Amino acid sequence: MSTRLSKGGRLIDRSKVQNFTFNGTAMRGYQGDTLAAALLANDQMLVGRSFKYHRPRGIVGSGPEEPNALVNLGRAGRSEPNQRATTTELFDGLECASQNHWPSLNYDVGVINNTLARFLPGGFYYKTFMYPRAAWKHLFEPIIRASAGLGKPPQEPDADRYEQAYAFCDVLIIGGGIAGLQAALIAGTAGLRVILLEQNAHWGGRAPVDGDVVDGMPAAEWVAKALQDLDKMTNVTLRNRCTGAGVYDHGYVLADEKVADHTPGDGRPKHRLWRIRAGQILTATGAIERPLSFAGNDIPGVMLAASTRDFVVNFAVSPGDRTVIVTNNDDAYRTAIALHEAGLSVPCIVDARSTVTGDLPLRAKALGLRIATGMGIAKVSGGKRVTKVALCMQAGEGAVIEEIACEAVAMSGGWSPVVHLWSHCGGKLTWDTTHAHFRPDATRPPTGADGAAMVVALGAANGAMTAADAMVDAANGTQLALKALGFDAKPKIVSSAAPVQEAEMEPVWIMPYGAGVKLKSKMWLDYQNDVKVSDVQLAAREGYSSVEHTKRYTTLGMATDQGKLSNINGLAILADARNAEIPQVGTTTFRPPYTPVTLGALAGESRGEIFQPLRMTPMHAWHQTQGAYFEPVGLWRRPYTFPRGGETHAQSVAREVNNTRNALGLLDASTLGKIIVKGPDAGRFLDMLYTGVMSSLPIGKCRYGLMCSEQGFLSDDGVVARIDDETWLCHTTSGGADRIHAWMEDWLQCEWWDWQVYTANITEQLAQVAVVGPNARKLLEKMGGMDVSKETLPFMQWADGTLGGFAVRVYRISFSGELSYEIAVAASEGAAFWAALHAAGAELGAMPYGTEALHIMRAEKGFIMIGDETDGTIIPQDLNLGWAISKKKADFLGKRGQERTYLASEDRWKLAGFETLDGSVIPDGSYILAPGLNANGQGNTQGRVTSTYFSPTLGRGIAMGLIKGGLARMGDVVDFNTLSGAPIKAKVVDPVFYDKDGEKQNV
Amino acid sequence: MKRYSVFAIAKEALNYHMGWEKAWASPEPKKQYDAIIVGAGGHGLATAYYLGKNHGITNVAIIEKGWLGGGNTGRNTTIIRSNYLQDPSAAIYEKARSLYETMSQDLNYNVMFSPRGVMMLAQTHHEVRGYMRTAHANALQGVTTEFISPARVKELCPILNIDGPRYPVLGALWQARGGTGRHDAVAWGYARACSAMGMDIIQQCEVTGVRSEGGVVKGVETTKGFIGCTKLGVVVAGHSGQLAEMAGFRLPIEAVALQALVSEPVKPCMDVVVMANTVHGYMSQSDKGEMVIGGGTDGFNNYTQRGSFHHIEETLRALVETFPMISRLKMLRQWGGIVDMTGDRSPIISKTPLGNCFFNCGWGTGGFKAIPGSGWAMAELMAKGEPGALAEAFNMWRFKEGQFIDESVAAGVAH
Repeated sequence: MSTRLSKGGRLIDRSKVQNFTFNGTAMRGYQGDTLAAALLANDQMLVGRSFKYHRPRGIVGSGPEEPNALVNLGRAGRSEPNQRATTTELFDGLECASQNHWPSLNYDVGVINNTLARFLPGGFYYKTFMYPRAAWKHLFEPIIRASAGLGKPPQEPDADRYEQAYAFCDVLIIGGGIAGLQAALIAGTAGLRVILLEQNAHWGGRAPVDGDVVDGMPAAEWVAKALQDLDKMTNVTLRNRCTGAGVYDHGYVLADEKVADHTPGDGRPKHRLWRIRAGQILTATGAIERPLSFAGNDIPGVMLAASTRDFVVNFAVSPGDRTVIVTNNDDAYRTAIALHEAGLSVPCIVDARSTVTGDLPLRAKALGLRIATGMGIAKVSGGKRVTKVALCMQAGEGAVIEEIACEAVAMSGGWSPVVHLWSHCGGKLTWDTTHAHFRPDATRPPTGADGAAMVVALGAANGAMTAADAMVDAANGTQLALKALGFDAKPKIVSSAAPVQEAEMEPVWIMPYGAGVKLKSKMWLDYQNDVKVSDVQLAAREGYSSVEHTKRYTTLGMATDQGKLSNINGLAILADARNAEIPQVGTTTFRPPYTPVTLGALAGESRGEIFQPLRMTPMHAWHQTQGAYFEPVGLWRRPYTFPRGGETHAQSVAREVNNTRNALGLLDASTLGKIIVKGPDAGRFLDMLYTGVMSSLPIGKCRYGLMCSEQGFLSDDGVVARIDDETWLCHTTSGGADRIHAWMEDWLQCEWWDWQVYTANITEQLAQVAVVGPNARKLLEKMGGMDVSKETLPFMQWADGTLGGFAVRVYRISFSGELSYEIAVAASEGAAFWAALHAAGAELGAMPYGTEALHIMRAEKGFIMIGDETDGTIIPQDLNLGWAISKKKADFLGKRGQERTYLASEDRWKLAGFETLDGSVIPDGSYILAPGLNANGQGNTQGRVTSTYFSPTLGRGIAMGLIKGGLARMGDVVDFNTLSGAPIKAKVVDPVFYDKDGEKQNV
Repeated sequence: MKRYSVFAIAKEALNYHMGWEKAWASPEPKKQYDAIIVGAGGHGLATAYYLGKNHGITNVAIIEKGWLGGGNTGRNTTIIRSNYLQDPSAAIYEKARSLYETMSQDLNYNVMFSPRGVMMLAQTHHEVRGYMRTAHANALQGVTTEFISPARVKELCPILNIDGPRYPVLGALWQARGGTGRHDAVAWGYARACSAMGMDIIQQCEVTGVRSEGGVVKGVETTKGFIGCTKLGVVVAGHSGQLAEMAGFRLPIEAVALQALVSEPVKPCMDVVVMANTVHGYMSQSDKGEMVIGGGTDGFNNYTQRGSFHHIEETLRALVETFPMISRLKMLRQWGGIVDMTGDRSPIISKTPLGNCFFNCGWGTGGFKAIPGSGWAMAELMAKGEPGALAEAFNMWRFKEGQFIDESVAAGVAH
């Protein structure tokens, strides 16, 4: 059984007991434990079930590579599925549960899939479940969906918050092992801005566990000293519990800091997502040990050799009293020695190599440990935990020579550098035959904006596989990075590690070498997704022999560990099946993130009300107190209507329209886009931007203008006012302000960069109120301060002045057909001005109105609305706005586009008004039917509605729309389609339904 | 071709699955073909398949630079729907959707088409009107869609937050017969069927030039030598511009990176596909249990299959707000694909200035769902030399004439 040893454990504090539960069972561990260590200390070998066959799964690794030990952590708002126990720090009160089983971890009916495994090889589902057709959706797929998946999705909203931050540095070092610390010391001493990230809570990586000696000190001591030295450097930032997750273009790095995973509910953000811009990125991310492929290598108790060592040395946890070691390299002997030194039994070290010569095997031998060379494991026995192993000759077919009873197997198939971050942004790999692994190819690095290398791999991550080599490599790599940043000084201090002579490893991809298909179908490559050696061979046999095909067909490497353990072994099997070399087969693409990142951290603080920036007009608070019903308009919120008493929205909108038409309406028009265009070439610029002529507009006057895309399609409209000789104020639609401003700058910066024009978006500098209705002038006169008479301020003019003591600019424009003034004041005075208008207007019948009344009144008047009458396919001519297009100008944006045959065609649908015969309202989006079907069997159409409302003024449905023939069709009766039944008949009419002669607005 | 079935699996199981034949052959190219398709993605393979099935042309080679299905076919979010606005779009996407319904049986390969329903959320009044328009258009196009209430939205997808403070859900355009499919299987299924008809799928073979005589195509130069053909179909998505240049003309196409990501797998929590265009994000759950999430396109042109990170953040802000329960799930993998965008966001299925040379491209961000319809229409064009009804509107000269098929209409500006 796995258990806690009576002494040792460099990372645990035995004085601080931490109580936790697993599947409801109370357990105890110590501060400093990982959850995996604590589970093992409580003899919890079985921790989960695999994805496909629901086979028993135990802890196999000790870090982010772990594919098996995924648990559901926490409950309610802190419930988190698929949490890796090997990287979860234990805390008092932790609750966790195993996943993917029913009814329980020990008795899972899903294990029937295991019994049927022979009938469920890789990709079997592509070959069946096809008949009868309906059965896929209604029978097979629901069963597959229910048995797939891993953890249960959370049911409640997240109880935690997340933070995002930016950081900048010259040198970003990812990985706080001895190579990373070496790099930080060198770069820090050189005076550069350094950030050093470490994914674990503790520093130093493998060296302290492996017993390495640095600068004559035990590694742990050197690490502590290095940290002290770095702490003193103000130019160096150390950040642990922070994973370098992804490398993106131009030195942009994503890092995920687990701030409060181990202290949930303490008020701090759960995670902090760092977006780091670095001059040079140094990846000192170490290496990951590979499993060996032998039959039964997935049974709980079979673990990676180095992970076994981690549990013993770091946490004083024994995986079992008797552990068989199986290896093809010297490193695993460290585990044998560590187990032996901890007083545990190592009955045999099974080494696939025929001879062993390194320092470590000699030490093991000296300790009296048995080494069986040239041997392999034929089979591991056991169900939910290992009971024994059968040995065979590695070169043979698996005939059992000897059986050894044991509780754990520690395996090592060699090491693979963690090349993920190197590869994310295009770094290439080279195959290293000495270590049988891919390592970064320094001649083909990821490059930055300047085309020069932006990532340097250090230490084991670069294929320097001993501590001594890693320290040298880290120093060299750091110097390279410093040189790229313009520092050519030799490092002042370089630490070095004592060499340990290791003999060459020997690649072993299948154990034993001559295993038949029966054994191969028990050799696991991907523990979580249940991909076996036989599955990869099947894929190759069936022609899915590109590495990407194999991956997708078998799901190899697609589990939550993204193939950290399985990929290289799988590639080797595939290469063998294809009769090719491994480097020819290549790897699948390394994609961010290195380890999964919580979605909440990626979303950050953008939740609820502040999900997006909220833009509020100066009058927003007033609207809220009046019970306005808001609608989003871009990032703005605008009052849709102001219901009173028990009014429905339809009722309040009708009241607002009637009151404005008969007395006085006030509209908060502050969201209207306002862009100042100024400069010697401003007139010329606006003449290019608008279809009409703006340069000739006299100072003090306003003119309606249209803007088109280069293709000729109408994109925005608004009133332009000439302020002075060189200054124009362009009003845009509320939703269009930012887009139009960017559009202006696009042309000024990219095309007409030699024109002297300056633009400023002053939308938020001004509050604007539309005072609308027969009593509008009376209200302004009552406010007093300036002459707003018809003579002094006629239609389409503006004037500066004061009203009620407020400095204002008054535009005599109308979007409703009524007598109307739009009045701009400084944003800071907007609320007060709005209140003053209401106070003074009360006796004149003043009421606020919202966007819906605005829309209805403009439709009654036949005014088009960008976004309703336009949709990106409409040219001004379609909307009978040809009058606003200059015939004289040589050019304007959209002119050439509009000359193309289809845009100039007479057959285009054109704007008209529509009145239903029965007075009803045409549904939104309805099309006008035409006889027959088109070549694709679709109903023919001849037009569509663009704006349709119940007009409170006319007491009937009115609509604007596009129809082939346009106004020439006046008087025709046409059919609009409906979703529910018979078409609606409507008559083609003039789109101006109200006050055709403008008698109301021009008073 | 040995048929796939549950009985075949049982039979092979007794022999430890040693007896399965190759899904497709990997021959060396012949000197001359009746038709060459460049690009063994979904669209190219579907074109070849329908050339054989509908038009009896089987002396066909499909030439692929990398591995078949390795472009956007293998890196999309697998959504299948046909609720498009414009008539030509609705016609071809609906044709595709209906072919997906029977594809597994047609190809004898389970492509896992699952009509779980697609909803497009309306979160502004403007969007409501837009989807009402699409619903009215669909009604005349023979595409079954309906506009559903917020309550029905919640019923179909309980994990949706329909009462968000910023963009409450006001309804949705619902296409019950839309859904998802297994993207790789579509390419593999077509490849197997093409191979069974005697067509040559030539992977790891890059086209380096287009040879023509007197304005008519004669074949392609490749890394495996010259291969002659009577007709040439180019179906290479993001790399169409380069192939067009080899053929001697330019295309109105831009290549940008479109990103997607998946979460770690969890037990089923979402049956339908949800698209939320106001906040920019869409999500479904795969049969494996991963939440499959689609993001936006970069604002700049490039050929890296990566994309910039801020789009991922924007997408997740939108989706965590829309589906609050996903906050504690984790992003497992993100990737990008190169999409070929035309000016009107609709594809090109067209004759070209070069005789007997045909292009099928410009599917932009929505190509997967179109694969069978696209192949069907392209095969007809190649076989007859003239477009049929499905392809006619998608000719490349429409940009010159201004006759756009604009599907970005729904993204019309707010008032």
